[in-house]
Amino acid sequence: MSAEDLGAIWLTLKLATLVTLLLLLLGTPLAWWLARTRSPWKTPIAALVAMPLVLPPTVMGFYLLLLLGPQGPLGQLTQALGLLPFSFAGLVLASMLYSLPFVVQPLQNAFAAIGPRPLEVAATLRASPWDSFRHVVLPLARPGFISASVLGFAHTVGEFGVVLMIGGNIPDKTRVVSVQIYDHVEAMQYANAHVLAGCLLLFSFVVLLILNRQQRKIVHD
Amino acid sequence: MTETGIDAHLQLRRQDFCLDARLQLPATGVSVLFGRSGCGKTTLLRALAGLERAEGFLRFRGQRWQDDAYFRPTHLRPLGYVFQEASLFPHLDVRANLNFGYQRIAAGQRRIGFDEAISLLGLEALLERHADRLSGGQRQRVAIARALLSSPELLLMDEPLASLDQHSKAEILPYLERLRDELGMPLVYVTHAPDEVTRLADHLVLLDNGRVSASGPLNQLLTDPNLPLAHLDEAAAVIDARVTSHDPHYRLSSLGVPGGSLTVALSVLAPGTPTRVRILARDVSIALDMPQHSSILNSLPARIVDLHHDRDPARVLVRLDLGGAHILSHITRRSADQLGLVADQLVNAQIKSVALTS
Repeated sequence: MSAEDLGAIWLTLKLATLVTLLLLLLGTPLAWWLARTRSPWKTPIAALVAMPLVLPPTVMGFYLLLLLGPQGPLGQLTQALGLLPFSFAGLVLASMLYSLPFVVQPLQNAFAAIGPRPLEVAATLRASPWDSFRHVVLPLARPGFISASVLGFAHTVGEFGVVLMIGGNIPDKTRVVSVQIYDHVEAMQYANAHVLAGCLLLFSFVVLLILNRQQRKIVHD
Repeated sequence: MTETGIDAHLQLRRQDFCLDARLQLPATGVSVLFGRSGCGKTTLLRALAGLERAEGFLRFRGQRWQDDAYFRPTHLRPLGYVFQEASLFPHLDVRANLNFGYQRIAAGQRRIGFDEAISLLGLEALLERHADRLSGGQRQRVAIARALLSSPELLLMDEPLASLDQHSKAEILPYLERLRDELGMPLVYVTHAPDEVTRLADHLVLLDNGRVSASGPLNQLLTDPNLPLAHLDEAAAVIDARVTSHDPHYRLSSLGVPGGSLTVALSVLAPGTPTRVRILARDVSIALDMPQHSSILNSLPARIVDLHHDRDPARVLVRLDLGGAHILSHITRRSADQLGLVADQLVNAQIKSVALTS
């Protein structure tokens, strides 16, 4: 494996880890709200969250490119925050949007499955809402957090279209494994492509194995 | 009524149902909210706990819990709540479930010790078990202990026996009686089971369609001819009694009650123990003189308070005064006419069967 390949793997892991952590942080309150609210905003917000599931990644990438670019409507802001396209930070933002439903939906399902009763019990045992969330909801939703992390991470590793649109192909900055494979194929370097593609294949298999195990365990418990 | 525990007027509107309950409950003893399913008892109990956000006001022992300008959230109300299903935390074992509320009370403010609650509900052997390895009755005992360990000033129970089989019910009822007798805290208990009312209630609140239709001391409501309870086939009076002596030879016990003494099947209770007896209206017949030769054990002098028409046109409802306590008698209208029964007449109440409620 070349230094470039290793760089791409390292970048991919860094990106997926960061995106997963940020999504867990932001996705938890969003999923909690979606699971509990009776607001009329619930349905449109849920649909918005689910959009990346059906939208071609290139479409998302295209709009993000326009939106975040220096000439875009948020150009001033993105420039100040360093979230410009063709930067690692921009790639993180795009990946977060792209993987959002893969984190929010398992969390939302896990929260909904808990139901209101354990929280009511906790409140009658003097636990404040935050206390209840920490000591009742989080432990009960643990399988949901595991699914959300694994799916969010894996989905970010597998992204291609969005990266190409908004990240480009800058070594060690935005050139992730999927793009590197594409480059190898373009250059007819099938042997190099095989190694990386095989890695991703194995990775995906292991991820699904973990998820299945996890789900089986929940059923058994 | 003695000191007021709960003073409330709570209103709640739902699509299919409307709660509008004016409630005043004593600060001690067991108050039972009784009514058919769907009458709003559970909603009212949840509103007392702050789990439902009702309109109106609620004061507990003078503390403001809610009014138009203020709503104290559930976790700041010093109450314990036992749900119909035990609702133990599935991620915790029995000990951790019990500790959940206990640890959230400062050590100096705890009113019941861990070991005390464990032994009160007989949980010694279950502590290390996981919640899903318990029977329904055991789970509910853990839930009751868990509520007690948060040192509540008010204990609320929502049909805690309703989802249990007969065996588990029989297993838990004695524990509830112990709670009532050994802990000083008021208990508000929701049920639609008449036997739980007669065993546990000191104060009874009848709910009908979201409204309080009657509220008062248990026996006063049970024997009130203007309420439906007195006209049921299972109509009964519950009066206080005290074990006076045992007769092991005939396997009988004597109880002191207002107006005399009753003989019942041999009881395990020690002489001097206070208890209560339930006397069904259909088990009480009326004689004008003291019968000399009868197999009926219990015959007490009584005064007729009044006579009432019954739902059943063949029957009349007679209210009798036994030295201050009222009991009911269902007799046929013909007998009442033949004996010429009138109010204030002195008669003999012949009681075919007396049940100790505990």
